[in-house]
Amino acid sequence: MSDGAISVPKAARARSLLESLDLDRWLTRGLILLVCLWMLVLVVLPLFQLLSKSLLDRSENFVGLDNFIHYFRTPALSQSLYNSLSVSLMTTIISVSLGFLYAYALTRTQIPGRSFFRIIAMLPLFAPSLLYGITLVYLFGRKGLITTGFFGAVEQATGIPMAWDIGVYGAVGIVIAEVIYTFPQAVLILSIALSRTDARLYEASDSLRASNARTFFAVTIPGVKYGLISATFVCFILAFTDFGAPKVIGGNYNVLATDIYKQVIGQLNFVMGATVSVVLLIPTVIAFILDRIVQRKQVALIAAKAVPLVPKSHPVRDGILLAYCALIAFFLLVFCATALFASLVKVWPYDLSLSLRHYDFRTAGGGGYPAFFNSIRMSLYTAIAGTIVTFASAYLIEKSKGMHGLRQGAYFLSILPLALPGMVIGLSYIFFFNQPRWEILGWVLPNPLNPLYGTMAILVICNVVHFYTVSFLTATTALKQLDKEFEAVSESMAVPFYKTFLRVTVPVCMPAILEIGMYYFVCSMATLSAVIFLYSADLPLATVAVANMDDAGDIAPAAAMSVLIVLTNLGARLLYGALTKGIQRRTQAWTRPATA
Amino acid sequence: MAVLRESDTEPYLKVAGVTKTFGRFTALRDVSFDAQGGEFLCILGPSGCGKTTLLRIVAGLETQESGRVFFQGKDVSGLPVSKRNIGIVFQSYALFPNLTATENIAYGLKNRRKDRGAIRKRVDELLDLVGLQLMGPKYPAQLSGGQQQRVALARAMALSPDLLLLDEPLSALDAQVRISLRSEVRQLQRRLGVSTVMVTHDQEEALTMADRILVMDHGRIVQSGTPWDVYNKPATPFVAAFLGSMNFIRDAVREAAGWVRIGGVSLQVEDRFTDGIPPGTPVTVAFRPEDVVVHGAGDGPRNALPARVAALEFRGPRYRVSFHLNLGNGHVWTIDAEIPTEMIRRLGIQADMEMAIQLPADRIRVYPL
Repeated sequence: MSDGAISVPKAARARSLLESLDLDRWLTRGLILLVCLWMLVLVVLPLFQLLSKSLLDRSENFVGLDNFIHYFRTPALSQSLYNSLSVSLMTTIISVSLGFLYAYALTRTQIPGRSFFRIIAMLPLFAPSLLYGITLVYLFGRKGLITTGFFGAVEQATGIPMAWDIGVYGAVGIVIAEVIYTFPQAVLILSIALSRTDARLYEASDSLRASNARTFFAVTIPGVKYGLISATFVCFILAFTDFGAPKVIGGNYNVLATDIYKQVIGQLNFVMGATVSVVLLIPTVIAFILDRIVQRKQVALIAAKAVPLVPKSHPVRDGILLAYCALIAFFLLVFCATALFASLVKVWPYDLSLSLRHYDFRTAGGGGYPAFFNSIRMSLYTAIAGTIVTFASAYLIEKSKGMHGLRQGAYFLSILPLALPGMVIGLSYIFFFNQPRWEILGWVLPNPLNPLYGTMAILVICNVVHFYTVSFLTATTALKQLDKEFEAVSESMAVPFYKTFLRVTVPVCMPAILEIGMYYFVCSMATLSAVIFLYSADLPLATVAVANMDDAGDIAPAAAMSVLIVLTNLGARLLYGALTKGIQRRTQAWTRPATA
Repeated sequence: MAVLRESDTEPYLKVAGVTKTFGRFTALRDVSFDAQGGEFLCILGPSGCGKTTLLRIVAGLETQESGRVFFQGKDVSGLPVSKRNIGIVFQSYALFPNLTATENIAYGLKNRRKDRGAIRKRVDELLDLVGLQLMGPKYPAQLSGGQQQRVALARAMALSPDLLLLDEPLSALDAQVRISLRSEVRQLQRRLGVSTVMVTHDQEEALTMADRILVMDHGRIVQSGTPWDVYNKPATPFVAAFLGSMNFIRDAVREAAGWVRIGGVSLQVEDRFTDGIPPGTPVTVAFRPEDVVVHGAGDGPRNALPARVAALEFRGPRYRVSFHLNLGNGHVWTIDAEIPTEMIRRLGIQADMEMAIQLPADRIRVYPL
């Protein structure tokens, strides 16, 4: 066959074309495209809408940066930026310091009760941040336990007039509340950083006769450098964007999140609401980007064959740290007990007998039990829909072949929601979903998403987006631990990828999937910032009810509702624990390490 | 008009002019090779030489920029993995951890909608084949490394593939297990008669298992031949150094036909090595340590060289001995020899001893610089 004109008959060519048509590949491509599309529609477009709103005046004319100029020229407005920055910086410093010591005690010492301390530190994760504000009112408010010296009991008993007003309404209260709110995150991140170390580094340092202090600064601190930085950014972002605590305890001390709420709900000034949102968004995005850069550097820090560090006992150090952990745990428990107590007391502070009357929400506004059950419903839907969407998207991005650019784009879009404060998501969803028409390059078409406005669906979507990134990263981490050739092996056996996904990937990743579901549920139960813009009057929610009851002065029912939220979340956590245990028992056989 | 047609003379597997790049990095440059039916082919090379990429292109897991792949004369270049009818065993085995050995092996069979009885019969047959009759209900984590490897092999063979591809299948195992599995895999392959391509960076593995070895370097095939040929007639200094060890004397010069000179000494070599090289050209002389002869030298045979024992390294059955060669022009060469322990004892070889060594002419290879 020396001639170059080898021609293949047409029929044969058509057959080979059909044969080479790889259905699997096209299906994955379509699905990845779908992932990009939904992220684009539900994250990018609403955000774009919000940004463009901040550049328009109230009658929709383009005014450039005029809104921002107005913002910074109005001290009553721009003061909030300063306030927000200062309380978040203060919170970050305190929270990371406290968290570091606590995490150090949990991971690097042999103090007793470490798992108990770990659980107590995580307690604040289960409550809406509103609750910290409410509890502070009960402790340090005008009729608070501490402010009045246990209602004068201390003075009666000791003769010393011990009443202490710390001036909780304002910056002090916000900082205390935010420290409690961010503490679990700091402990979590720093515990992971501190437990990821190589014992040989310490042995080397010891063998070189370095002092303990020298080892601490030369080995320990550099080893957790990235963890410290990450904890700093996370605490800052959380405190900077939180709405619940400043709403309750802020008094006249305005921060950005409360300003957005006041502009939008109080004054119906959507343009200024959008403008303040952008002001809130910028530092958050900067902190987020810095955090990502740092995270990326972290990867290669620990050698793959690191030897885990077994902490040695050190009586003096351990004694001090035990006392410290006990103190922190005590405060956190007092906090929870106060909230519970306050919700059960008949008339604070005059009749301290206990009753369940505040748990009958009929006399208070806000929505009562229907609101509570709506929240549970919303959280359940979010957990189910969110887990499916998140895990499937993470799988497609992580495990499919080709379409490199699109997959990277999808990955970026999946990380993006972490940079978006709940207030920003909520407000941009108002703009995006409430708009009756879309105008695209002169074309006008009815907004197909408009019917979702005011429904359960938009609340669920909003929560999925709000808590997407953490879940996505959990899924991605779990998927990365799977053998990267599973897909190739099944393909070689002509088994379609979705079968392997359902038969192998999902069962093996079940612990991570449950964790994602639990995370979505707990976060959705406790969230206020995004949903406060999106709930409708006939679909009240528990956290919104807490905020509204607190506004109306019904603090005890607000505390009661918060307690219900916490109990529900603890229930969800216990269920998760039981399920995980069950799965572990069932899967023991295939997770046990091989014995050669 | 010629119509493309299968013929009996077509090689079983044919790879023609395959090129693959990753960004700026060229993994494969115009690679071509054939394999016959039932042949066990080893692709051998250092890490990063492109051997795994080549295997993945044969499998259809990667797409080449140019070039074609034919199975039994049929162009499969554009076909996805699932339509090439191949079996693959990966370095990690990629056994599904939540499925038992039986379920792993049956994984592809189930998809073919065979009835249960037939599937069970086939799985039992395969378990039997790899000697794991009693291990069916166990999960991969409950099996040893060698057993996992055999389950992966059975799974790859379940659908009776036309071609078996092995990607460093033994490299995750302990040294002892690895050696015993070499012959096991080889015997299995012979018994089934399945054409096999194995990728490895372990020269010993390639030498003991392969019918034919393709040595790769920098995205190219540098030599192809039987293990004996590749070891004894390495085509390039790279192949010589990569398979086993080799002494290189780099500043030799070609003299008359069949002769090279090192310092002041002339060595006789096979004529074919000096063909086509003009006299006076610098060349590299190479010989393996085990080909250095230490006994009976010095009584006037050809290619005897005066040497001094520089160092001895005990290696159990053999010694590795370093010699200094002073060949007359003031320059000293160092070469290694592999000498049986018994010989060291008999000849009383020790450090600083002056003695003669001999390089048999038919064991010397000459490479142009």
